[in-house]
Amino acid sequence: MSTPLAGWTDELGRARLHFVTGKGGTGKTTSAAALGIALASRGRRVLLVEVEGRQGFAQLFDTEPLPYAEQRIASVPGGGELRALHIDVEAALLEYFEMFYNLGFAGRTLRRMGAIEFATTLAPGLRDVLLTGKIKECVRRTGPDGRHVYDAVVVDAPPTGRVVKFLDVTKALTDLAKTGPIRGQADGVVRLLHSEETVIHLVTLLEEMPVRETVEAVAELDGADLRPGAVLVNRVRPPRLPARSITAAADGRVDASRVRNGLASAGLELPDGTMDALVAETVEHAIRLAAEQRAREQLAEADLPTVELPEESAGIDLAALYDLAESLTEQGVR
Amino acid sequence: MTERLDVDALIDDPKTRIVVCCGSGGVGKTTTAAALAVRAAERGRQTVVLTIDPARRLAQALGLRELGNQPRQVSVAGFEPKGELWAMMLDMRRTFDDMVRTHAGPERAEALLANPFYQTISTSFSGTQEYMAMEKLGQLAATDEWDLIVVDTPPSRSALDFLDAPSRLSSALDGRMIRLLTGPAKAGGWGIRKVVSTGFSIFAKAVSTIIGGQLLADASAFMQAFDSMFGGFRERARKTAELLRSDGTSFLVVAAPEPDALREASYFVERLSGENMPLAGLVANRTHPVLAELSVTTALSAAEKLESSAPLASAVLQLHADRVALAEREKRLLARFTRAHPGAALVEVPALPSDVHDLGGLREIGDRLASPAVA
Repeated sequence: MSTPLAGWTDELGRARLHFVTGKGGTGKTTSAAALGIALASRGRRVLLVEVEGRQGFAQLFDTEPLPYAEQRIASVPGGGELRALHIDVEAALLEYFEMFYNLGFAGRTLRRMGAIEFATTLAPGLRDVLLTGKIKECVRRTGPDGRHVYDAVVVDAPPTGRVVKFLDVTKALTDLAKTGPIRGQADGVVRLLHSEETVIHLVTLLEEMPVRETVEAVAELDGADLRPGAVLVNRVRPPRLPARSITAAADGRVDASRVRNGLASAGLELPDGTMDALVAETVEHAIRLAAEQRAREQLAEADLPTVELPEESAGIDLAALYDLAESLTEQGVR
Repeated sequence: MTERLDVDALIDDPKTRIVVCCGSGGVGKTTTAAALAVRAAERGRQTVVLTIDPARRLAQALGLRELGNQPRQVSVAGFEPKGELWAMMLDMRRTFDDMVRTHAGPERAEALLANPFYQTISTSFSGTQEYMAMEKLGQLAATDEWDLIVVDTPPSRSALDFLDAPSRLSSALDGRMIRLLTGPAKAGGWGIRKVVSTGFSIFAKAVSTIIGGQLLADASAFMQAFDSMFGGFRERARKTAELLRSDGTSFLVVAAPEPDALREASYFVERLSGENMPLAGLVANRTHPVLAELSVTTALSAAEKLESSAPLASAVLQLHADRVALAEREKRLLARFTRAHPGAALVEVPALPSDVHDLGGLREIGDRLASPAVA
């Protein structure tokens, strides 16, 4: 078994398109936002992209729901800028139609009738092709000076169970006509997603199920010739017990008299009930640490660079988000 | 004041026929449903639990080794319930296939099942799992073999998907839209037809350019056959919605004490009341109540003093302080929920230190679900 590589590699530093996936409930959106802030340090401009219509970024940054437009969401110390975009599939499809066919005001009516949703239902691949197509456009866009408008684009991607299907545009295209406007554009998307510019990061917790999904997702990404990036271990809590006493404590063996004597030497005399309860809390803590240790060993199988995001015990607010970003920067994220 | 959710009263009441466990993904819905079913069976109900996508070890705890589309009686060593417990895992594709076979007759069924569009809809459309869960629930309820059905819901991102997906699927598959697309001129009775007919024919052309005429033709053939068979998906979705609104159905919303999960739970509770669907209450799953009565300030100042002289005692105090902080955060989040929904009953289920993978663990969760609140 190899030890996981710590920190951010040069290869990751060169990527411009970062997808962030993970099992549901592991904190994908939060991690994507923190990564966006970290990448925007040193005066860079970063775009956060959301594709599943949850308005997670608006909630995190405490702003109004995002429209289908790139809009400044935060400034970053060091002159950086963070923008966010919420891609609305129906709007994106209408955008295409407007570009290639003159639909006029009927477009809105069609939308109200559910016709657009119907079209994306007929061909589920169409949805993903539209989303990745818009993302590609943002990554490739250049300003008047000929330089890329965004130094990096970070996407809050679908969860691990669906991410490969989402990114495997070639496969999605089998749903679509062999010629036509979207088809033509999709080839460029395929090239970008399989290039060195694109990495797919995996967010996990130190728990059995999320770690298993992470390891499986890495294999699946490899199989589809997509590039796994880093593992972002989220909500890492400080271990309070020394490693050598975890196994015994997890088994219920906590030296209660030593704890009692220690507490007494600090002037703390506690009733038996409280002492028993403290021991019970310690055993639960140790069981969790032991499970985390097993999770780390399993995670090492993925053999990917790993960075950690500490648990924010008061919950995630804007300040906590910047803390997380700072801790990423300290671990070499750039 | 928020009432405590009395789980035993709910599952003991013979009038309770269906309990639906809903909530966003990753909150422990499936485990809660299984624990509830085990408890109900042990308290004498003829129970069946419909799980959607159980973790392997949980499935094993129920003696389920593979997807079986029919309930099987749970017989595990040491489990002798007063009632009965049956369990099944939903096989989405097979439920759909069975539905087609039952209604179409052998020849037409084979043609439908081979239609490429059917392959897409039955495996990858995002609402299919929800729709099939409802379909299966309807079937189980119709047999009258059980007096209590406990249903887990698919691991959607949003709890609302469970209610919305079936109608989304049915309106997508409703024959009306495809008739408009394949022949707008023939679509009579559409009020706004005049306004949009020009736009629509361009739209139809655009859609067929993009997704291909073949797919559109497949879809059209599929839907025409389907429509004549079932009198429309829409009608079927309406029937399952009726079942959910009937007396005897209760919803249990499961949430972890986390902002996202509670926000979803909030949406869901509001939606249920808007739809006149009866909410039994909220299960605040996997909380971390403080066990030892000792203030954080006392614990931390002593921990600091003892750091080098008594490291174990110091560690114990520190982890206690962590736990108090976590418990307070959870309490704050739950208080916010109950302020917004003062009428919703609530029960906290303290987290087990490790994953549940046997009947003992499910019983323990059942006990925690039903035990009176920790003071």
